[in-house]
Amino acid sequence: MSVIYLLLTLSILVAIVFFIAFIYSVKRGQYDDSYTPSVRMLFDDELVKESTEKSTKV
Amino acid sequence: MKSTQCYHCGDSCDDKYVKFDEKQFCCNGCKTVYEIFSENDLTCYYDFQENPGAVPTEIQGKYDFLEQEEIVKKLLDFSDANTQIVTLYIPHIHCSSCIWVLENLHKLKPEISSSQVNFTKKQVRVTFNLENISLKEIVLLLSAIGYEPYISLEDYEGGKKAVDRSLIYKLGLAGFAFGNVMFLSFPEYFEVDGFWIEKYKNVFRWLMFFFSLPVVFYAGKDYFVSAFKGLRSKILNIDVPIALGISVLFIRSTVEIIFDLGTGFFDSLTGLVFFLLLGKFFQQKTYNFLSFERDYKSYFPIAVTRIRNSKEENVPIYDVEKGDRLLIRNEELIPVDGILINGNAAIDYSFVTGEAVPVEKKSGDKLFAGGKQLSGVIEMEVLASVSQSYLTQLWSNDVFNKENKSPFKTITDTISKNFTIAVLSIAILATVYWLFIDSNKALNVFTAVLIIACPCAIALAAPFTLGNMLRIFGKQKFYLKNATVVEQLAKIDTVIFDKTGTLTTNKESKILYEGEALNLVEEKFLKSTLRASNHPLSRTLYNKFHKIETQPITNYKEVVGKGIEANFDTTNLKLGSASFVNNNDEKSTLDTAVHISFNDVYKGKYIFKNAYRKGVKQLFNSLNKNYNLAVVSGDNEGEKEYLQHFLPSGTDLLFNQKPENKLDVVANLQKQGKKTAMIGDGLNDAGALAQSDVGIALSENINVFSPACDGILDASKFYKIETFLKASKKAIKIIKYCFILSLCYNVIGLYFAVTGQLMPVIAAILMPLSSISIVVFTTISTNLLGTKIK
Repeated sequence: MSVIYLLLTLSILVAIVFFIAFIYSVKRGQYDDSYTPSVRMLFDDELVKESTEKSTKV
Repeated sequence: MKSTQCYHCGDSCDDKYVKFDEKQFCCNGCKTVYEIFSENDLTCYYDFQENPGAVPTEIQGKYDFLEQEEIVKKLLDFSDANTQIVTLYIPHIHCSSCIWVLENLHKLKPEISSSQVNFTKKQVRVTFNLENISLKEIVLLLSAIGYEPYISLEDYEGGKKAVDRSLIYKLGLAGFAFGNVMFLSFPEYFEVDGFWIEKYKNVFRWLMFFFSLPVVFYAGKDYFVSAFKGLRSKILNIDVPIALGISVLFIRSTVEIIFDLGTGFFDSLTGLVFFLLLGKFFQQKTYNFLSFERDYKSYFPIAVTRIRNSKEENVPIYDVEKGDRLLIRNEELIPVDGILINGNAAIDYSFVTGEAVPVEKKSGDKLFAGGKQLSGVIEMEVLASVSQSYLTQLWSNDVFNKENKSPFKTITDTISKNFTIAVLSIAILATVYWLFIDSNKALNVFTAVLIIACPCAIALAAPFTLGNMLRIFGKQKFYLKNATVVEQLAKIDTVIFDKTGTLTTNKESKILYEGEALNLVEEKFLKSTLRASNHPLSRTLYNKFHKIETQPITNYKEVVGKGIEANFDTTNLKLGSASFVNNNDEKSTLDTAVHISFNDVYKGKYIFKNAYRKGVKQLFNSLNKNYNLAVVSGDNEGEKEYLQHFLPSGTDLLFNQKPENKLDVVANLQKQGKKTAMIGDGLNDAGALAQSDVGIALSENINVFSPACDGILDASKFYKIETFLKASKKAIKIIKYCFILSLCYNVIGLYFAVTGQLMPVIAAILMPLSSISIVVFTTISTNLLGTKIK
């Protein structure tokens, strides 16, 4: 069997994996809100104590 | 003078402020919110954005209905043994601080498991356990930190709408197939090594076939459905030639690969569907935070307090019957028509009529549904149930039944009829011609014509142009429901305006003084007295005297619903209603006024008039050249003469119009063949907005209120209405140029098709080329248009 079959199968499989990932992410609602996550990722996980945070402000 | 800003909400607080933790707050409410945050280490809230907060409102007893299991059950999105999820709409969400604090709710109340904000929809989704914390407690917590959720009858009634994501799936699928098919068709296009191709071409071809199957039968499904529907109602819409093109492409390609006649047109087929869906996707600009389908249900509360056997109880408003006694608290909405039994009512009907100044009512007066009580607690007796009330009856009109609206014939539909007929006749003529010359080629030519003439570019012109216009208008704070509205706007020849709240603004009232002039000392005294009062009229009047200083007063006394009394040295000041200041000559006029007397000597009155918006006159004068104009008002004729002077002659002025009358006015104009645009603002315009070809709701605050309509216009852009109308006309012109351009491509393609030389590679080049050049053309020209309307 020629290597072309193997290559075709592999490339199409990879494409299908990405396609399924896309469908899955749409279904989970990842495309419903494209704004909030961009803000959310900038928040610090840990709450910084007032004194240190205040000094940087204004 | 440097103004002091409230650390929490940003309001200026020059006169008095509450000092706490070295920060200034405009009121105790704001201070309390700050305290809550600082106790829970949540002061980061103030770091993302300056002064992000809102003043918490007085909500005592307002959410008692959330104690009822029935109601809570209907509001929850999801509920099982120990997890409950609720989505709440919070109008105040406006900055990153809001997102941060609302997603940290669990730090304030550990019983809340998690919360997630959807910023564009202004919603927060709270996950919690009903056994640990009730929905009421959550709502109260949110209100306490200034994020009061908006819970309306609509949430109670409607089940949660499922999100339709099928277009994204289809687009994804078509794009996926298009990309793969293109790669697979390259070897044959470039005719690499002849022997190699011979050996493997069938593999490539069948793979392409399988990729195109879901594209034709799933992604392209809508075009077949729409073409079928069009044919059934004897309309040749644009989807007919598209569906024809898709099926001919698919059948001919399949036949070609089965009988080894050629490589087929699979890449053109998948590309065509992909581009068409892309156009659809582009056109589908939605404003998540706006709703164009609202009716009274979005504004009415879920439950009211009923008094029965001298006990207060919460009942869903659908259970309210004639004869019931209701308790309406401050800031609550009156859900049904009724008679005021006791208490002093100051009712704000701005939701309904657009009138800004509250109406005072005495016991025994009739109250209409839709008003908001502004001064204290009142009791009322119900005269009609919710659906029978004066305002809500409007919604039983046929206009609100969507099925009845005749579909609008778009510009694309208009051209597609002639186009389809032309293409079919060319195809048949060419086939007949080839039957005599070379009958082997006849079928080939027939299908080739249908393939190359598939109106991809034509179908793309309108979606991209209109979609882009929608975005451009959106940036100018003119939000349209969908792309068709732009086309309808271009056809408008009659513009009808509501008066109160539309031509006038409820943001600022014009205050006129009538009577004996006040000296400076008296004005100073008056301002100081007004300062202590929270009555809306007092607040408005107070702002009028901004240059005058205040002084301490004594014996301040507010008689709810009547007026205010205060002393300064030996002077006594009374202000309020005519009877309160002992002015008996005053005939009951239609104006809203505050009367004033010093030491029981009548001085005069301040009359509140709604101010007309800036630019009304200019707008009317320039619109008058090209459009018929009318003003339809629910008010009395008080301002008729003024308006006749103010507005260009030829403007129809109609007064005393009930909501149904407004609808009829529009319907009558339409019967005369006029294309009408209604511009209104209140719920009483809802019928006319729905009836007119384009209903535009004007709104001071687009997040809060607008009745069902085709477009929402921010009140600050009112003067731009003509610009928008002109721009939509130009957009239609752009579409027409696109049609000409795409017809040129079709002529070139048809040359190849008719002469029987259509190679798949030509189709593969021509089709994307024409589509892309159309998209580039419309994008550039609409953006040029956009820069002009700024």
